[in-house]
Amino acid sequence: KKMAIREFIVVGRKEPSEAEPNPPLYRMQVFARNEVIARSRFWYVLHAARKMKKTTGEILSVNEVVEKNPNTVKNFGMWLRYNSRSGIHNMYKEFRDTTLCGAVEQMYADMNGRHRARASSVHIIKTAVVKAEDTRRPNLKQMHNSKIKFPLTHIQPRASHKRYRAKFVTSRPTTFAG
Amino acid sequence: RTSAILSKMVYKRFVEIGRVAFVSFGEDQGKLCAVVDIVDQNRALIDGPNIRRQAIGFKFLHLTGFVIQIGHGAGTTAVKKAWEKEGIEEKWQQSRWYKKLQMKATRRQLSDFDRFKLMKVKQRRSWLIKMEMGRLKKAQKK
Repeated sequence: KKMAIREFIVVGRKEPSEAEPNPPLYRMQVFARNEVIARSRFWYVLHAARKMKKTTGEILSVNEVVEKNPNTVKNFGMWLRYNSRSGIHNMYKEFRDTTLCGAVEQMYADMNGRHRARASSVHIIKTAVVKAEDTRRPNLKQMHNSKIKFPLTHIQPRASHKRYRAKFVTSRPTTFAG
Repeated sequence: RTSAILSKMVYKRFVEIGRVAFVSFGEDQGKLCAVVDIVDQNRALIDGPNIRRQAIGFKFLHLTGFVIQIGHGAGTTAVKKAWEKEGIEEKWQQSRWYKKLQMKATRRQLSDFDRFKLMKVKQRRSWLIKMEMGRLKKAQKK
């Protein structure tokens, strides 16, 4: 099972030299499964954006950002860039989750399922918490109802633990629970 | 007119803010929780007196007939207060569902001697029923 996606803030700069004793710092928000990958992604982007690389630069700090409040549901808007088979496209997607990293996981799964875009082809440009009234997608807006109410129409019977699963059952399941 | 339609609703238990649900799978299996918010069509944010606040899938929730009065996104203390106000613990322990669970748990823990005693008691009960049945039949024949 994959490790969870975590959010890192990586700060790095070009190595100071006589010509430039105080090079500018660059800070990047990286979503990666571990710190090693986070550092790698930092260099991937910085190398493309600025004239520095792992050998000529230094990472000053890598800090994990933990969700400040995982006890509330938030709407996350995500601006992405992804490679399709025939070109590069920008996209805006919205997800509802309790944590930003949870929403990012959803996004990668969604891009994979809907567009066959593997994680390596997807670049996150920006993520933000979006207020309910500013959300654009109808499947998110349908949840913005303080009096939301719906039945669970199709319940699949499930054993309380894997070890209680029966290999053969004599009766057909009932999916109605009222 | 709408109330006539609603009274014929097939579904009686709804996922709604405050619905008390039984966690049927996972680490917290067997505990009660309340739906505090809906994350999306598959998950709810739940909270309860004995359970950590978390997002859980509807797949792992069995809805009970109880509802507590909370606002959406209510904090843990508000949920606890509403839970006590509604008296969910007593209501739950008086429900058939809970009693059946307790009965199953007891049965699972019986020792061989307990099962022997149970067999003897069942035999005695069925004997008493048959005797009474016989008497009633005889009385009816007359």
